[in-house]
Amino acid sequence: MSDALLEIEDYSGGFVGETGELAPVLHGVSYRLKTGVMTAVVGESGSGKSLVALSVLGIQPPAFERTGGRMLFRGVDLFGLDERAMRRVRGAEISMVFQDARAALNPVFTVGRQLADVWQLQHGGGRRAAMRQAIEALGRVSIPEPERRARQYPHEFSGGMAQRAMIAMASLICRPSLLILDEPTTGLDVTIQSDIMELIVELSHTRGLTTCLITHDLGVVAETCQEVVVMNAGRVVETGSAEAIFTRPADGYTQRLLSASQLVEAA
Amino acid sequence: MPPLGKMILRRLLWVFPVAFGVVTMTFFMARVLNGDPTELYAPPEATDALRAEIRARLGLADPLPMQFVNYISALLRFDLGISFTTGQNVAADLWDRLPATLELGMVGLSLGIAVGIPLGVLAAVHRERWPDFLVRGTTLSGMALPQFWVGLVLISIFFVDLRWLPGPVGRLPIGIALPPKITGFLLVDTLLAGRPDLWWLAVKQITLPALTLGFSSAAPIARVTRSAMAEAMQSDYIRTAIAMGHSPRVVWFRYSLRNALLPVVTLIGGVAGHIFAGAVLLESIFAWPGLGQYALQAIERSDFAALQGFVIYASLLYVLAFLLVDLLYMFIDPRIRS
Repeated sequence: MSDALLEIEDYSGGFVGETGELAPVLHGVSYRLKTGVMTAVVGESGSGKSLVALSVLGIQPPAFERTGGRMLFRGVDLFGLDERAMRRVRGAEISMVFQDARAALNPVFTVGRQLADVWQLQHGGGRRAAMRQAIEALGRVSIPEPERRARQYPHEFSGGMAQRAMIAMASLICRPSLLILDEPTTGLDVTIQSDIMELIVELSHTRGLTTCLITHDLGVVAETCQEVVVMNAGRVVETGSAEAIFTRPADGYTQRLLSASQLVEAA
Repeated sequence: MPPLGKMILRRLLWVFPVAFGVVTMTFFMARVLNGDPTELYAPPEATDALRAEIRARLGLADPLPMQFVNYISALLRFDLGISFTTGQNVAADLWDRLPATLELGMVGLSLGIAVGIPLGVLAAVHRERWPDFLVRGTTLSGMALPQFWVGLVLISIFFVDLRWLPGPVGRLPIGIALPPKITGFLLVDTLLAGRPDLWWLAVKQITLPALTLGFSSAAPIARVTRSAMAEAMQSDYIRTAIAMGHSPRVVWFRYSLRNALLPVVTLIGGVAGHIFAGAVLLESIFAWPGLGQYALQAIERSDFAALQGFVIYASLLYVLAFLLVDLLYMFIDPRIRS
């Protein structure tokens, strides 16, 4: 068939307002995530890039209504799955890392417990064994003293540490074939950002993950991704290899985006 | 963080300034508003000399500030004074009536929590659909209807019309002797005395007042649970839990409810204070020999010592209830612990 793990075809939709009318925000979005490849989806905030990513897992905001399109994962349309079937896809096949990791972890349970809960859900087994797996996963993402850290709560973690724990949950505790990262380094210190990106690249390589990185940071994209999808105002304006996008951007918006980011870097 | 014991002690010490404040207020308000209780105790034909003697015996002959000083200095010796009405030590009166109020309160509040929290979760999970509208409608009426009225309606349905349950004559039917007092809780003492027949009678007596309390406390509990759950369910961490593949049951009851419990616990603390301070009108309607009824009688008869004793008990109770709330907070939310 095709070499794409996920194919988004002509995905459209909008937000239903108080009065019931639909304000369209996505206009026929189509792109493909090639198996084993790291693809970046770039664009400004409000371009719809996160909304599409959340839709892959069926966790888009409830006010959003789809008006058309398909989302083929291994050739199966995810929009055709019922809630129960969709739950078997979440975590096991596709998992996700969110922007603000400290908010994305539950404040009233220990980090270790949350990882262990997901392990038990995905792989079964007893609580003690699950906790051992959680500690191992925390160690694997270079969290020092994982046994002590596992007993701590999210508010005792720094932003970078929490994001490492989140990545451990999404890629090591869950064993997905597709990992989606929604602005995983936004809000972190610059040095921490590059550490986290290194970790993501390393994990994707060693575990053979197909990765979708959603970001507005073109600097990160240039260093890590092979494929790039550019989105603007709910439309895909350009797709191609990272090299092609960076050296020969065809679309006007892509060109502006590139020059803007270079201005920032020069400053 | 200071050690837990120190924190608890500090909070308990608060009962003294709180009690002093409320006692001062009650002392002067009762005397200004209710005037001279001598009239209640003196026969109509009493001479002025007899009235003066009665006044002196009630401790009302001294000037007001002097009475206050006397009362406070007695309080410092843990002497709550003598009730005009019962002629007994107020502390002993309160102690006698406490189990009736506590028993009714515990059964009623447990009902309220057991019904209120699941209803709130149900409404939050089905937000803006019919279970939500149904829960919101019934709880709104539960909060709007006065408790005594709900009690009267229940009596008229289950006692007067259907005859399923006994009438509002207190903790046991008239003419039935209480079992020997061990805990003071009839539902326990009857069993300890080996009298399941009495236990069943007590259960039937407590059903209607407890249902009334349960109904009126379930309503606010359900509403607060609903809004706190709805907020938790829109949070990032719930989105994470769903994204990792957790089932709705785990997401609602394990991951959302624990976060939603904080405001619910606060509310329950307030409701508990209210209930255990004696649901005054409710106890009157059901002839329940508890503290609420005692307080009401004290007000009606200008029984100053009894009223002030009750107020001290109630303030102690609120301090305890909110201390318990804070301890529960620390148990539920790790962010408060550190």
